[in-house]
Amino acid sequence: MKLHVNGSNREVDAPGDMPLLWVLRDLLHLTGVKYGCGMAQCGACTVHLDGRAVRSCVTPVSAVAGRKVTTIEGLSPDGAHPVQQAWAEIDVVQCGYCQSGQIMSAVALLAENPAPSDADIDVALAGNICRCGTYQRIREAVHRAAALNKRVQR
Amino acid sequence: MSPLSRRELLRSSLISGAGLVIAFHVPRKARAAGPPPKAPPDPNAFVRVAPDGTVTVLLSHSEMGQGIWTGLAMMVAEELDCDWSKIRVEHAPAAPVYAHPAFGMQMTGGSSTTWSEFERYRTVGAMARDMLVRAAAAKWRTDPKKLSTANGFVTDGKRKLSYGDLALAAQALQPSKTVTLKEKKDWKILGKPTRRLDSPEKINGKAQFGIDVQFEGLRTALIARAPVFGGTVKSFDATKAKAVRGVEKVVQVPSGVAVVATDYWSAKQGRDALQIEWNEGPGASLDTEKMLASYRAQARQAGGAVAAKKGDADAALASAKKRLEAEYDVPYLAHAPMEPLNCTVRLEGNRCEIWTGTQFQTLEQAVAAKIAGVPPEHVSIQTPFLGGGFGRRANPRADFVSEAVHVAKAAGVPVKVVWTREDDIQGGFYRPLFLHRIEVGVDGDGVPVAWKHSIVGQSILAGTPFEKFMVKDGIDEASVEGVKDSPYLEPVEARRITLHSPKSEVPVLWWRSVGNTHTAFAMESMIDELAWSAGRDPVEFRAGLLKHSPRHLRALQLAAEKAGWGQSPPKGRARGVAVHESFGSIVAQVAEVSVDPDKSIQVHKVTCAVDCGTAVNPLGIEAQVQGSIAYGLSAVLHSELTLKDGRVEQSNFHDYRVLRMPDMPQIEVHVIESDAKMGGIGEPATAPISAAVANAVYALTRQRLRSLPLRLA
Repeated sequence: MKLHVNGSNREVDAPGDMPLLWVLRDLLHLTGVKYGCGMAQCGACTVHLDGRAVRSCVTPVSAVAGRKVTTIEGLSPDGAHPVQQAWAEIDVVQCGYCQSGQIMSAVALLAENPAPSDADIDVALAGNICRCGTYQRIREAVHRAAALNKRVQR
Repeated sequence: MSPLSRRELLRSSLISGAGLVIAFHVPRKARAAGPPPKAPPDPNAFVRVAPDGTVTVLLSHSEMGQGIWTGLAMMVAEELDCDWSKIRVEHAPAAPVYAHPAFGMQMTGGSSTTWSEFERYRTVGAMARDMLVRAAAAKWRTDPKKLSTANGFVTDGKRKLSYGDLALAAQALQPSKTVTLKEKKDWKILGKPTRRLDSPEKINGKAQFGIDVQFEGLRTALIARAPVFGGTVKSFDATKAKAVRGVEKVVQVPSGVAVVATDYWSAKQGRDALQIEWNEGPGASLDTEKMLASYRAQARQAGGAVAAKKGDADAALASAKKRLEAEYDVPYLAHAPMEPLNCTVRLEGNRCEIWTGTQFQTLEQAVAAKIAGVPPEHVSIQTPFLGGGFGRRANPRADFVSEAVHVAKAAGVPVKVVWTREDDIQGGFYRPLFLHRIEVGVDGDGVPVAWKHSIVGQSILAGTPFEKFMVKDGIDEASVEGVKDSPYLEPVEARRITLHSPKSEVPVLWWRSVGNTHTAFAMESMIDELAWSAGRDPVEFRAGLLKHSPRHLRALQLAAEKAGWGQSPPKGRARGVAVHESFGSIVAQVAEVSVDPDKSIQVHKVTCAVDCGTAVNPLGIEAQVQGSIAYGLSAVLHSELTLKDGRVEQSNFHDYRVLRMPDMPQIEVHVIESDAKMGGIGEPATAPISAAVANAVYALTRQRLRSLPLRLA
């Protein structure tokens, strides 16, 4: 099966019903994408499919053939995407396990809504659980990333 | 150090990608000035200065989000005067030298890392600095006293040499017998808000957690465990499981049947195809509703172990002006860290190699050695980042490590055992179900003069290696902490606190803030009931009772002041307060809540004052307090595990609900400037939030909610 992941064409030998999550982690060794629940409840496995946030743990790999998959590893070459910059500046992470998914959800939100309110952020990120409770700093960081994006565009 | 631990040190330096590091090791036997510690630190193990100027700090505890990766490095850097941008941190391997300075084994827990390592990590930093200075002095043929250090350089005012340039020369020197640590007023790094050192790799996906361990030949295994606690395998048929693509082996282990496959998905499909008959045993009749009823009955019975006693509580109750009684209960809870439990094991010859996110290295080394049949020093443990711990990765019974060693042994291949989320939620080692029954007699001002308190709940420590240290005369300290030592009870002339510790097949464990999860809820709710019953303001009433506890009083008053206590909250909202000491720190919180038309409780704001003694990293403290409150709020608003017919009724985040972004209040953290003995910060702010919210809900609705999670009628 041919996949397009982080700008490269990749060939994998996987059954069609294997979730994209496990293809990425176990076959392509992209372990930045995380397993947390396996039923689209926690958002740790969030990746982009043609730029939109999806839960890779419930996305069968057969459904992504010919589409662009982006994981946290493919977000920026050097970790300097404005959302990543904001995350560092606001000192968001604690254990860090959920943060790939949080960041991918935040990037997708900002692509659709460049200046989200707190309420917009709450809705867009309600599907991403953080047990360390970094939510308050995530909110701040999304606002910060929105401001950084604006600056870049000027 | 054992030969193994030296090898492991070398290995970890290679893994770090630093190339060949000719490390500058501070020799042993050097010691700090001032009162000598029990044993001098072995700085070889804690800091390395490389010729390129990189300073590597080896972390003897596990980073699970709490920020010690940064905090302990700050201690070294403060004394070493090194360039902060050249600091690297690695988890230390499992070795005796990394034993917890207070607890004697390598472990992380009890909110103890920062205070317990404050001397040791500063001391090794100071030792390293002293040797670099003397190396420079030798080169310049001058008196070391004339030299100073800053930002990774030694200077005499005119010339300067980098630490990297001096590393080899310093290595050859004898250590000083004494080093002097800086005074607090001279700190440049400690006490300053400092961003995390582990941030970059945690935001680009490169951070390695246990579940990310991969190497040639490694297989993934899932274990089918009994559907009820204490159950065992009667028989199984693996035919269909073995027919699943990718499944290589199916082996029986003490905890169930393991399916070993090339990858997770194959192992999961294989496990789903297993046919197993179980001997369920007595666990099959477990029912939390019946359990709670039986706890209520026990709380009313005489007897139980006496945790504290003064005067005649019964007589004083009988003669008190007014009596109040209340029962509070809390359910079983799973820790549910975001990274599901996992453990990788490779057995080769007489060696056992383990990679796992753990809080309990020493204990697991011993357990693994026994199962693998090798000496403990032949068991290596590499600790990657922990995707949350909250106590679940500190199991005295070493469950997830021991079963992985069993699987590797039975399967004859290296395996990574991964738990599904369902395995985690239903796998036990919960915060125990607890019930408190409190009877209080008060005087004319509503001040307690008699206090009878009966606590019922499983002992966390019974049956573990810790029992002999922490369970005395039938009292598990973890069951009564927060009541027995409550500052509210000290002045009460007649009091009796008793404990019943029923046994159950349900395995229990410490959960962030441990006993305080329920004792703070019971104590701070009861005190609030007394205040309302006396018609007094909850803050003013507490302040009166706490007049002999200045730290509590200060935290209480600061939180109240910052929250605008006394001024009207926004329309439709009310405030509640709680103050509680745990792990040596005092936390006061004011919660501001409203109630939706569907009766769900919204927490809008939490104002928090913290006295944890010396504050090492205020930015990290703020994060821990926010996180602790969020963790506690899950239990206040949502989380509950129930059992019926021996089965846990919840299985994943859709029915074991936890706090999500829309539930997150705005949290304001005020760190009190304090010279008090250092306390912990990873857990203490979890404890009071339940009562602060319940008290606010009462103020708003006049409904006193005495069960967690809080549910309005």
